[in-house]
Amino acid sequence: MAPLLDVEELKVVYPGPKNLWGRSRNSVHAVNGVSLTVHPGEALGLVGESGCGKTTLGRAILRLIRSSSGRVLFQGEDWLQLSSAELRGRRRHAQMIFQDPNSSLNPRRTVGASIGEALEIHRLVNGPAGRRTRIRELLTSVGLPEDSEGRYPHEFSGGQRQRIGIARALAVEPKLIVCDEPVSALDVSVQAQIVNLLQELQGARHLAYLFISHDLAVVEHLCGRIAVMYLGRLVEVGPSREVCRSPAHPYTQALVSAVPQMHADGVPRLHLRGDPPSPVNPPSGCPFHPRCPVAEARCRTEPPLLRSIGPNRQVACHLAV
Amino acid sequence: MPENAVTAVSPPSWFGQARRYARRHPIVTGSVLFLILLFLLAMVVPWLSPYASAKGSDTQFGHPDGHHWFGTDVHGRDLFTRVFAGARISLLVGLVGTGVSLVIGVGWGMVAGYFGGRLDGILMRFVDILYSLPGIVLVIVLITALEPTVKVVAEHAAPGLVRLVRLLFLFVGLGAVSWLTMARIIRGQVLSLRTRSFVLASQSLGAGPLRILWYHILPNVTGLVVVYLTLTVPAIILYESFLSYLGLGIQPPDASLGTLIAEGAGQINPLQINWWLVVFPGGVLASTLLALSFVGDGVKDALDPRAER
Repeated sequence: MAPLLDVEELKVVYPGPKNLWGRSRNSVHAVNGVSLTVHPGEALGLVGESGCGKTTLGRAILRLIRSSSGRVLFQGEDWLQLSSAELRGRRRHAQMIFQDPNSSLNPRRTVGASIGEALEIHRLVNGPAGRRTRIRELLTSVGLPEDSEGRYPHEFSGGQRQRIGIARALAVEPKLIVCDEPVSALDVSVQAQIVNLLQELQGARHLAYLFISHDLAVVEHLCGRIAVMYLGRLVEVGPSREVCRSPAHPYTQALVSAVPQMHADGVPRLHLRGDPPSPVNPPSGCPFHPRCPVAEARCRTEPPLLRSIGPNRQVACHLAV
Repeated sequence: MPENAVTAVSPPSWFGQARRYARRHPIVTGSVLFLILLFLLAMVVPWLSPYASAKGSDTQFGHPDGHHWFGTDVHGRDLFTRVFAGARISLLVGLVGTGVSLVIGVGWGMVAGYFGGRLDGILMRFVDILYSLPGIVLVIVLITALEPTVKVVAEHAAPGLVRLVRLLFLFVGLGAVSWLTMARIIRGQVLSLRTRSFVLASQSLGAGPLRILWYHILPNVTGLVVVYLTLTVPAIILYESFLSYLGLGIQPPDASLGTLIAEGAGQINPLQINWWLVVFPGGVLASTLLALSFVGDGVKDALDPRAER
């Protein structure tokens, strides 16, 4: 089956301060050559610690920020090559759900206006009556009362606002939704509700998710596959259960062992030393080697490539088998 | 409270809402009423008054009495009539000048802040350059440079048109130097707004820049704009009085509140304190400015959907 989204060698570089000659030093390689695929109806989890480039990757895929190089093939079409007018017409196929429910809705517009905006832009409904029906339908599908449309975001709780954000994304009937830590700003009990809602919607509407999170437990629950990111690169990709039960990369092993009460009984608790290195001056060789408990001499000089170690499983480590 | 229970069931009428608002915000309501009253007086008094605003008489420096409520000035003109004729000009200059500065400042700041990058650099350096020049000098140069045009008009057209053209130049000149701070304030606000996720969400829905500026950025800067506007109106009224003092703005025998105060202050000496010449125009000016700033505050609060209704 052809992938819905095929990202190839994507790089995002934030230029550092420019010197007198307009040359930029200390650039930040936030995303450093990431390749991944998402199939129709599939949920791919993207995990990693703060600052590893997860959010940047998600935004770069939707071309909300500029990528430096690489390709983002969406249904076979490279979004990075489209003109802005062409892109605008196709944007409805890929939507985003944001982390902070407080800033993801315009405080000066009613819920109906926020959800209806997409309908107006893409002319998806006929007349005010059709628009109203559609907005109510969307509100119901995310579990909000129908009469919410005339109210303002500040009248809702965080979980409800996140539901409004989801309704807005669904309004254009997208094929892919990039979920940028959609539950990490919510209470644990509300998190479960939102995750269940996302799961229901995925089944009912055949949605594909790129689910960005730092919470392995949530990702394992929701996603069929997991991609682990470290310092702008993918270090491991594979089916969720396999990655969580028998992680191949030492970084994934440390992540998994840090999750309380997971099935990774065989994995001893690994404590990583130090902080993630700065993406301004990434370490030579394997970016993980300064913190890696099993690093060898060649890890310091030779950067490992993402290679297959089994069906659907890839890892970027010299030592993994 | 039972009243509130009733209003919650059936939405109150427009009049009921206004009354409720007036009860909660007596100062704002009072200010609005004052401005309406001033506006009406400024329209009506010069027209209905038995004395012409520009016509002198023999009763120089008359104390306020039953005939001349605000007294008379050095040429024996009725001050009551002149104050409201002056208020008319001052309000006009203040509002139109502010309008000009609003349009330029908000547009400039929104474009610079939203598009950022090199365009932002160019636009804001231009603002910096204008900032470094003293604004009032700029207006003086501008108005002086336009003076030949006024002369040409004066040769071919009626004197009424000449006054209008002069006034128009004054509006443009004052508006053109008063938008700089507005542009900076707006740019700063837009800079922080454009990274908020609702703007990103709108972009990912395929909204173009115009749509985002209009629906998402502009409504979120209105509070700031309104507050700054209420500061701009008085500033422009004061600018105008200064220009008129130099003989570049309102030309006698026309008057504005600024020229009246300036004239009145010139008449005060230790032998004869003609207090009414300063107190009446000054009082009207001061209370107008105060009322404007109260109204600005009220409008800002009323526009905020988060504020309690």
